[in-house]
Amino acid sequence: MSAVANTIFSPELAARFDKLVTIYPVRRSALIPMLLYAQDEIGAVNDAVVSECALRVGISELEVRNVISYYSLLHTKPHGRFHVQVCTNISCMLRGGYEMLDHCKERLGIDNKETTADGLFSLEEVECIGACCWAPAVQVNYAFYDNLTPEKMDAVLESYKDGSYKKDGVK
Amino acid sequence: MADVSFTVDGKKLTAPAGTLLIEACRAAGIEIPAFCYYPGLSLQAACRMCVVRIEKMPKLQTACTTPVAEGMIVATETPEIAQARKSTIELLLGNHPLDCPVCDAGGECELQDMTFKYGAAESNYTEIKQHREEQQWSPVVFFDRPRCILCYRCIRMCGEGMDVWALGVQNRGVSSVIAPNGQDHLDCEECGMCIDACPVGALTSGTYRYKTRPWEMNHVATVCTHCGDGCTTTLGVRRSDDGSEIVRGDNRDKSGINGDFLCIKGRYAFDFANHEDRLSKPMIRENGRLKEVSWEVALDFAGKRLRTIRDAHGGKAIGVIGSNRTTNEENYLLQKFARTVLQTNNIDHHRTADYVSFVRALAGRSDRTASLRDTSTAPAILLLGNDPTEQHPALAWNIRSNVRLNKARLYVANSNPIKLTRQAKASIEIPQDGYAAFISYLAGDNNALTLPEAAADFRAALTKEENLLIVFGSEYRGRDIEALVKFGLSLPNAKFAALGDYVNSRGASDMGLLPDLLPGYVPVANAGQFATEYAGLPTEPGLDLVEMFDAAAAGNLGALYVVGSNPVARYGVHPDTLKNTFIVVQDMFLTETAAVADVVLPIANLYEKAGSVTNTYGDQQMVKKAGDRAGVRTDFELIVRLADRMGYNPQGLVPFGKGLRADSGQSRGAQSGEADRHAVWLTAHDVEPKVSPFNPFATLDEIARLVPGYGVSRLNLLAGNDVATKLPTAIPELATRKDLVFPSVDTLFTSGTLGRYSAKLNEVMESHEPAETAAD
Amino acid sequence: MPEVVSHPDEVKLLSKRFGMGATDIDRYMELGGYQSLRKAIENGPEWVINEMKASGLRGRGGAGFPTGMKWSFVPKQSDRSKYVLVNGDESEPGTCKDHMIFLHDPHSIIEGTIIAGLAIGSKMGFIYLRGEYRYLIQIMEKAIEQCYAKGILGKNIMGLGFDYDCISHTGAGAYEVGEESALMESLEGKRGVPRIKPPFPAVVGLYGGPTVINNAETIASVAPILEMGGAEYAKIGTERNGGTRLFGISGHVNKPGVYELPMGYNLKKMIYEVAGGIRGGKKLKAVVPGGSSCPVLKADEIDVGMDFDQMGKAGTMLGSAGVVVIDETVCMVEFALRTIKFYQHESCGWCIPCREGTDWLKKTLTRFHAGGGVAKDIDNIKYLAENMLGRTFCPLGDAAAMPTIGFIKKFRDEFEAHLDGRPCPYLHVKRPVGELVSV
Repeated sequence: MSAVANTIFSPELAARFDKLVTIYPVRRSALIPMLLYAQDEIGAVNDAVVSECALRVGISELEVRNVISYYSLLHTKPHGRFHVQVCTNISCMLRGGYEMLDHCKERLGIDNKETTADGLFSLEEVECIGACCWAPAVQVNYAFYDNLTPEKMDAVLESYKDGSYKKDGVK
Repeated sequence: MADVSFTVDGKKLTAPAGTLLIEACRAAGIEIPAFCYYPGLSLQAACRMCVVRIEKMPKLQTACTTPVAEGMIVATETPEIAQARKSTIELLLGNHPLDCPVCDAGGECELQDMTFKYGAAESNYTEIKQHREEQQWSPVVFFDRPRCILCYRCIRMCGEGMDVWALGVQNRGVSSVIAPNGQDHLDCEECGMCIDACPVGALTSGTYRYKTRPWEMNHVATVCTHCGDGCTTTLGVRRSDDGSEIVRGDNRDKSGINGDFLCIKGRYAFDFANHEDRLSKPMIRENGRLKEVSWEVALDFAGKRLRTIRDAHGGKAIGVIGSNRTTNEENYLLQKFARTVLQTNNIDHHRTADYVSFVRALAGRSDRTASLRDTSTAPAILLLGNDPTEQHPALAWNIRSNVRLNKARLYVANSNPIKLTRQAKASIEIPQDGYAAFISYLAGDNNALTLPEAAADFRAALTKEENLLIVFGSEYRGRDIEALVKFGLSLPNAKFAALGDYVNSRGASDMGLLPDLLPGYVPVANAGQFATEYAGLPTEPGLDLVEMFDAAAAGNLGALYVVGSNPVARYGVHPDTLKNTFIVVQDMFLTETAAVADVVLPIANLYEKAGSVTNTYGDQQMVKKAGDRAGVRTDFELIVRLADRMGYNPQGLVPFGKGLRADSGQSRGAQSGEADRHAVWLTAHDVEPKVSPFNPFATLDEIARLVPGYGVSRLNLLAGNDVATKLPTAIPELATRKDLVFPSVDTLFTSGTLGRYSAKLNEVMESHEPAETAAD
Repeated sequence: MPEVVSHPDEVKLLSKRFGMGATDIDRYMELGGYQSLRKAIENGPEWVINEMKASGLRGRGGAGFPTGMKWSFVPKQSDRSKYVLVNGDESEPGTCKDHMIFLHDPHSIIEGTIIAGLAIGSKMGFIYLRGEYRYLIQIMEKAIEQCYAKGILGKNIMGLGFDYDCISHTGAGAYEVGEESALMESLEGKRGVPRIKPPFPAVVGLYGGPTVINNAETIASVAPILEMGGAEYAKIGTERNGGTRLFGISGHVNKPGVYELPMGYNLKKMIYEVAGGIRGGKKLKAVVPGGSSCPVLKADEIDVGMDFDQMGKAGTMLGSAGVVVIDETVCMVEFALRTIKFYQHESCGWCIPCREGTDWLKKTLTRFHAGGGVAKDIDNIKYLAENMLGRTFCPLGDAAAMPTIGFIKKFRDEFEAHLDGRPCPYLHVKRPVGELVSV
């Protein structure tokens, strides 16, 4: 039984959150991880997530929204199932980050911040993801792909289409 | 803390260690500009306007976050600093709409002032400004996003100041935006403090926006007519077709007893004055229907009938009911009129606190009454009953600020879980009928009532307090107040405040709108000086309000004179019981009481006249004439005129000099307020302003001379300060007295009968009703 | 998976376990791990702080404040709990060194955290990783779990009578959180807006308690320092710049990667020898030596030692030691624009000069690069940046202003080439993607 009745989360995630709020000196510290993990499961930090997380950490929904809107990884509207994040910051730019972005746009048939009609992919130009020495780099959900070429990128996208993508513990 | 010495712009200054540089400079007359800094709210260092150069520091420093230190050398206006400020303003103006000509804040805008001062007139950008539509967040709050400079004052005012936390900041960087808690609307106490705090025109008032320009108004600081706290509200007044219209209420100069604070009623609920149902012509009943007549006819009719009834049945056949919202001078005059002209002690008002028992219990310990100001400085406060957040918003503000800024200790005992328990060091829920027993418990009787375990700690901590301020609601009356005061006096230096409901509830009681007590709680049976001043004063206590209606029902009340009160609705009086009583009502509206009257006289409200009022803490303040309405007259004038029509020489009521027709002629229209200024001038020159029978200042003199406790500094009063009145000395035990306290139980959004005529309060109440109710 | 590179000039202290399976605690201990912790507990806090001071280690986050001194500022007595906070919010463009540590040697972070806790009298540490590093957080979580199972964390560590707890924590995407007080706000579940200083974290930090906050690389340096002794460590590198540094070399070099080199290593040598020179035989145009916030160096300015002081003298900064190498095919206006776009995106918005300044810089540079520039724009860009510099609430404003001023100062000619509606001279350059041309 979760500490929150009628939780919108799976029993596993609810249990994880029950514990998460207890490990910090103050409950509120659990908020950002909680929102991120909730988003991973629900697909977005929607109104229901906001309500329940507010309840869990004991703050107002306004405060939760203030926090959500600050962090780039949190989003209130769902992305595609696989969110392709292309870094175009300086190190990646020098090694073709923008060209990679264009390539992805063309392959997926969508523009920046759009989602494919089947809901499988969404595309976003992102800031530095900390893979500068292995540029150009892309993250699909949380998985890193680096030293990319258009061919490699095609293979990556293909792996998500056919389900053979690397699933090492990340979404 | 010890003082430190430092130098600012070459001036040697001293200030207590720890003082913020910006405050130390302001105290010395050196103004350092700032958008985000707001005294008493948390520090932000966000606007970077207050940057100064401090020797030995590598960068410019923010004066709002830098405490003064010994030997510090500061420059506040150098080319470098001016450039820093200028570039900050340039950045703000880059996207700030230059709609100043229509912006509400135009002329009162801190960004405008700073731009003027630092001259950021060039435009370096060709990019278009980001436009966003204005949003309405509540009936009283509008948000114009592009104008917002993100100083975060509103957020802190709402959160730290009001403990409402309805505003936040969302997004980040240049997308940052102030956001309301309801996503597209505000769910809050509608106090409008966010608007007051806003340095620009980003937050605007639902009552005022786009109505006029600040310089087209006269700004009159007077006392709010609603609750018993007596806040200063600054009314913006503009000429209109039939007088001068109040278009805005705010807390512009923050010089009042309420400091920074003003609630929804003080800010927006002036609009009853402009209500379409407002009466502006006298009416008399003819053939069962009220018919508009001239003042001449109405006064003549009323005066003659009252005189006839008095002469035929004696003063005992006449009752008088006064108001909680008329001035002290009017209340004083009304009871003097009743007692000398009508020759009756049948006078009362709607009582909302048992001030009589309070005065009796304190027995002349006038050093033990608290001013409203004390509530913001007392190191410890015990709050018994009441819900100040709803009923005394300024008190609630003071308590919150005191706890936040001075770490005051608040103790709350209440039968309801009131909001102020959030600030309490200790709070305890007591049974609704347990208020009296709770005092016995505090006084040491463990068996007085069953309380939770925490009560022992509550009592232990409380009884250790050496400077306790005890604030109690109308839950305490009669003997309970005596017990409470007795307990309080057992603690060193304890002070007291009794909470009553309306702007002049205390004044009505102090001025003797009571059947058994004269002004200053002097018993009618032992009238002292009044016996000689008041010719023919009856010495038997009269009928109280309830007894008057009983007498009317029994056919024994020939006449009833009601001034600014609505007892028929408040006390549920059946109109049939009044059919044999001649009723004269002075009111702004055709209330339930006015509707059964034989004569209805339209009157000016508290914002349309001068005089003084006394808040529930005993602080006396002057009210000033702000608005005006063609056709209406003040209660003061009408009482004098009625006396005149009854054949009484008004000089016996009001000590004036130049004769009945000698209206000073300066109390209306564009010259409104002139009489007040004239009075100030006269006083400053040691001359008593007795210029007209309708000038209440003559009565103010008489009050100061005759009413115990009201002999206060007149100059101070006229200068606009609040002056603490003193309690009279011991008053004798009064035999089988009924307290007759009938609390109004107003909320933040109601204000007795008057509140019903505020469109804004009604709109706010509607917006706060849950949407589902329709389906029920 | 990020490649482990190597070069003979490397001095492997932090990177010695890279690629050796040290994410597993047994392997880590086999390779000498947690010996410094044992030594530290046995010798006590004072010894640790003295060793740290002797090492001369300066914070690897970018500011270069001496770590031992930072630790010694924490009051010995405190009513509030003290905390150690590891800043793994690595977000400075051009920087991926902590990525490598978390990936290959997470236990070195835990070990350093516990030692720092011992030194300042804290009982709890937090390791904050940026949200994008989810897979590294999972590695970290597992490493912490192993520590509890092995008695390295928890009660009575290694039976030596010292208790310590450690939590790893995820961010959710915000560069600004890398600022130490913003990171504390974030860890407390709030918006990552910096706090007013003073008070400094050592006095009032996380949850109001005295807090030591160090960059992940700094913390990872702790165990090696205690292992070899502070004085020995100080001998590596240059004067007042002791030890090694993880240099992340990215951009147009043949062998980009994270290399551990002694402090003060010559930049030119780093580019041409360690990183294999400019790819495709192109000419070097410029180098951003320490992450995107550091003013750019021109090709003829790179014969300089990479330490805090020499970089300062060269008019730039060592920063986070992320060396971004730019060849002749790059338009510096575009590079400046991309840099400022980042800071505009990441400005927290708290203070006016940074919030509005970065936005106007971005707007102006965008128009400028697209051919809509007028002559006064160049001076206005400089004016904007100069008026942000030193006037913002936190260093992010400086981080945006400094490189911008540098680009204008050093490549004014390239800006001028964009004037009068002329298209960007580099428009025709289609950048090849990735390793296609890295031969």
